[in-house]
Amino acid sequence: MSTDLARWQFATTSIYHFLFVPVTIGLAFLVALLQTSWYRHENPVYRRLTRFFGTLLLINVAIGVVTGLVQEFEFGMNWSSYSREVGNIFGGPLAMEGLLAFFLESTFLGLWIFGWDRLSKKAHLACIWLVAGATMISAAFIMAANSWMQHPVGYVMNAQHQPVLNNIGALFTNPVFLWSYVHIVLASLVTGSLVMLAVSAWQLRREREVEAFRRTATISLIVLIPSLVLALFVGSELGVIEGTYQPMKIAAAEAQWNTCNSHCAFSLGQVGGGTNDEAPTQIVSIPDLLSILATNHVNGQVKGMNQLQAQYVKEYGAGNYVPNVFVQYWSMRVMAYLATLVLLFALWGAWLLRKHRIENSKWFLRIAPWVVVAPFLMNTAGWMLTENGRQPWIVQGLMKTVDGVSPNVTALEIWISLVVFVAIYAVLGVADAYLMIHYGRKELGESSDKEPDSGSPPDRGGDGSERESEPDESQRVPALIY
Amino acid sequence: MHLSTLWFVIDALFWIGFFVLEGFDFGVGMLHSFIGRDDTERRIAVNSIGPVWDGNEVWLIVAGAVIFAAFPSWYATMFSTFYLALVVLLLALIVRGVAFEYQRKVDNPRWRASFRWSLTIGSALIPLLVGVAFGDMLHGLPINRAHNYTGNFLGLLTPFGLYTGVTMLVMSLLMGATYLALKTTGELHDRVVRLSGTLGWVAAVVVWGFVTWTHLGLGTGFVPNPLEVLAVLAVIASAWLANVKREGWAFASAAIGMAATVGSLLTELYPRVMVSTTNAAYNLTVGNTTSPSYTLKVMTVVAVIFFPVVLVYQGWTYHVFRGRLSAPRVGTEVGAGDPDTSGEPVSTVGPTEAT
Repeated sequence: MSTDLARWQFATTSIYHFLFVPVTIGLAFLVALLQTSWYRHENPVYRRLTRFFGTLLLINVAIGVVTGLVQEFEFGMNWSSYSREVGNIFGGPLAMEGLLAFFLESTFLGLWIFGWDRLSKKAHLACIWLVAGATMISAAFIMAANSWMQHPVGYVMNAQHQPVLNNIGALFTNPVFLWSYVHIVLASLVTGSLVMLAVSAWQLRREREVEAFRRTATISLIVLIPSLVLALFVGSELGVIEGTYQPMKIAAAEAQWNTCNSHCAFSLGQVGGGTNDEAPTQIVSIPDLLSILATNHVNGQVKGMNQLQAQYVKEYGAGNYVPNVFVQYWSMRVMAYLATLVLLFALWGAWLLRKHRIENSKWFLRIAPWVVVAPFLMNTAGWMLTENGRQPWIVQGLMKTVDGVSPNVTALEIWISLVVFVAIYAVLGVADAYLMIHYGRKELGESSDKEPDSGSPPDRGGDGSERESEPDESQRVPALIY
Repeated sequence: MHLSTLWFVIDALFWIGFFVLEGFDFGVGMLHSFIGRDDTERRIAVNSIGPVWDGNEVWLIVAGAVIFAAFPSWYATMFSTFYLALVVLLLALIVRGVAFEYQRKVDNPRWRASFRWSLTIGSALIPLLVGVAFGDMLHGLPINRAHNYTGNFLGLLTPFGLYTGVTMLVMSLLMGATYLALKTTGELHDRVVRLSGTLGWVAAVVVWGFVTWTHLGLGTGFVPNPLEVLAVLAVIASAWLANVKREGWAFASAAIGMAATVGSLLTELYPRVMVSTTNAAYNLTVGNTTSPSYTLKVMTVVAVIFFPVVLVYQGWTYHVFRGRLSAPRVGTEVGAGDPDTSGEPVSTVGPTEAT
């Protein structure tokens, strides 16, 4: 009972947290690109775009940061037995994340927000790149920690039969980490560029600042298409790797109850088959594809859940080692099918760009603001696939989820925290959505003939030759930003 | 020195850093609703901490994460013990963090008032709750052999814990007032200077009570810990310096007072990390909660390389944003485009709001 509640609480808060994280990682990178364009070309339109999309970035960062605090605390609050047992391994990357990424991100974000009039253009540009880099460093540490739960490496069992870290390098060369980290970064770029594309399309459809928003539509498609293609490829390779270390996860994702030795077919969709005594009705199945996806060979063997269950009972003792098959099967398909649809949509956009018709294509511009829903569904489905697929383990093969909970925390306490977090997250979610839509629909600020920077003396002249110079001390009247 | 002791010291420094740095921004957060007579004055107060509060908060996260990595059992017991208190703490951290960014995004009095009070109340709750937790850890809680807390939520509200929380709250107020005295001009400045003088004497009494209770109440002998003496003297000095208008020194003394107060609590705690009232044998200590030495060695290498870098760039931030803030001449404030501009790093003080 407590375990299920604790899982619900953790799943709810982490899924919510991860709605904001990929937007932050993706948009920070895109805003940095825009600001770089302004720095290099001195075209004020890029400065206006930087500030426009920078606002959307900050609206997201605010919630991403505070919901991350909840995650950081929850390991000890709900999963104290887990933390006690493996903190010497799992805690390391979290502490490094704080020291190497959070300090960097928060400090330079403050400098970027308040530094427009105080820093040279170059230093100010460096700030946004440091923020963008820090978000990606942060993702690396948390993914290293998570990958250790999927495929524990770099430890030995001590005399008390407790896992003890003995090779930190192994955590960062863990194949599950390398592939899932790249997958996450690409998924974030996909998310960020689809947000930028949605806003650009909405603005273009109203023929506002066509020149400016055609640029951001172009940039977002340039980032989107390769990121999405690579994300599909890396995701598929990650499936092969997880199939090696967590065969049950992949068997469940294919609803493969019995081992198939070669030329295994991939089912595009099925009804039923969630439990072993149900015969699934496969809607369409493609010969050989499952073998190729799971092993990269047509002759590859895909182990079945029944055989794996028997093997695990022998290895780890009695118990149910099969995760929720329905969740596995459909989360994998939601992710893959949506990605394919988004890719087709993006290729349509690329074709329109090539024909110089993107601002005139009513249908593309009308659909794009709705496509932005897809990455959030894909990201959520991806996490459900990977986390649900690990069950019943909290650390694959080492510790079960049921053994990880806090023994002294009552169901009532978890209920209270769940209700409190859901309530505050709902309020903040509404506020965030309102602000994103409100600011995404605003006019692009500041007319283009205005001085391309703010804060320098007004008589500075527009040749940019004093770009590096510090603003005059007497001009240092700090802005009221908050 | 054993590595686990070194990591207790490092973690203590993170907690002290958190209380000193966020102490003043909590203080400003609490005070801004009351010290600012109008919207512009309140904005000046919030903007005085605007560029730095988020970086300061990372000290809390790292202090917690260091406990997780270096003392996993301490982390496990601490976070599961204070469960509901931490839910409230997280709520305060959430609404306060969002308030900075969201308050000015919508021009609606109710929206703004909600976030203004989120910032004010959140800033008060955080030092109070963290203070209660530290007081409890030193004074002791019913903890069993397996290092699990056996009491309930009300059991966390011990008199010493609550008094420790109040001490952190009052010290944060003093730090906030002395910081604002350094960052403001004009009438607002005169008001915070007067306030910091008064707060200084209140804080001196509260801190004196705290160190006396800590020292005598715990029966650790008559001879006071030098940090306890330093804490009282520094706060008295801060009060006196605030009253004679030595603003920089008043703030520095308040910071030393805060550091010494937290430091004295942590030195009284060492080598224990959480005291059990059930049986002294069940105390959590540095020795019985530490990670194995390999983990600590890795962490030491990482900290030695990266922590100095963090100190340099955080220090640089304070340098960049040095100087006092005052109300901008309407329409000319730096960083502003037209008031409707959507670029974030831009003021939206319009002529009507600036009065």
